Amino acid sequence: MATTTNGTAKVTLPAGNQIMITREFNAPARLVWKAYTTPELIKRWWSGGHGTVTIAEVDLRVGGRWRYVLEANGGFEVAFHGEYREIREPERLVNTEAFEGIPDPDDHAALVTTTLTEKDGRTYLEMLVEHRDQTDRDAHVNSGMEAGMQAGMDLLELVAVSLA
Amino acid sequence: MARAATTTDAFNAVAEPRRRQILDLLAAGELPVNDLVELLGLAQPQVSKHLRVLREVDLVRVRDEGRHRMYRLNAEPLKTIHDWLSGYEQSWNTRFDLMDDVLDELRKAEETDGDHD
Repeated sequence: MATTTNGTAKVTLPAGNQIMITREFNAPARLVWKAYTTPELIKRWWSGGHGTVTIAEVDLRVGGRWRYVLEANGGFEVAFHGEYREIREPERLVNTEAFEGIPDPDDHAALVTTTLTEKDGRTYLEMLVEHRDQTDRDAHVNSGMEAGMQAGMDLLELVAVSLA
Repeated sequence: MARAATTTDAFNAVAEPRRRQILDLLAAGELPVNDLVELLGLAQPQVSKHLRVLREVDLVRVRDEGRHRMYRLNAEPLKTIHDWLSGYEQSWNTRFDLMDDVLDELRKAEETDGDHD
């Protein structure tokens, strides 16, 4: 039913403290912006298949706060929060991102710059994550790696269940 | 975390543009240090310094051939960086694939609204 492109996200490390994530979407920028910033829509994709997004708070104004809480499969909660720094709908969003699972999350917050570039009805997304240093950046990638492997296992389980 | 430290070192080594250039040159085949000096247009001490960093993370290996020191690429540490990142990449792929479904619905809703106008 879905005419999804199943595009492939590309992750690169432009500098010691940075992560760059890029992806192309088969939709205009205003819809990508909507999916990216609307709480009830965020709840549908941000989990990445790891569980259920129980809270998606978005106060979309400069200085406004956001907070996402994921109840992961297995029961534990994973929460992130931050503040919006720059909002230019539908092409540029700058916000901080702090992981609540570590001590002093705000001291280790990353700065995330998301840009959306539309061409011929398709949208190219660039997300630049800047950490204060390489140690924080590497910890971020490491946590994602574990989550990614977990997602793989979850999907495998889903397939197995659907075949049963 | 031991693994992260290794990839971090290799990443540091390739973060420097001149060192990436050296790896590119060596990807085409083994070279003596004199050829690298000439191809890069740098002074020999600078090239030697870069080669030392690359050797420390095992991206470059060296052997003596007569009076020449021959340098060659060892790509294995680059694969470690790639593997390290691919798990993180997979996590975003899953998210974005779900976002594709959301976008599909939004597009269809817009088209339907358009039909009513």
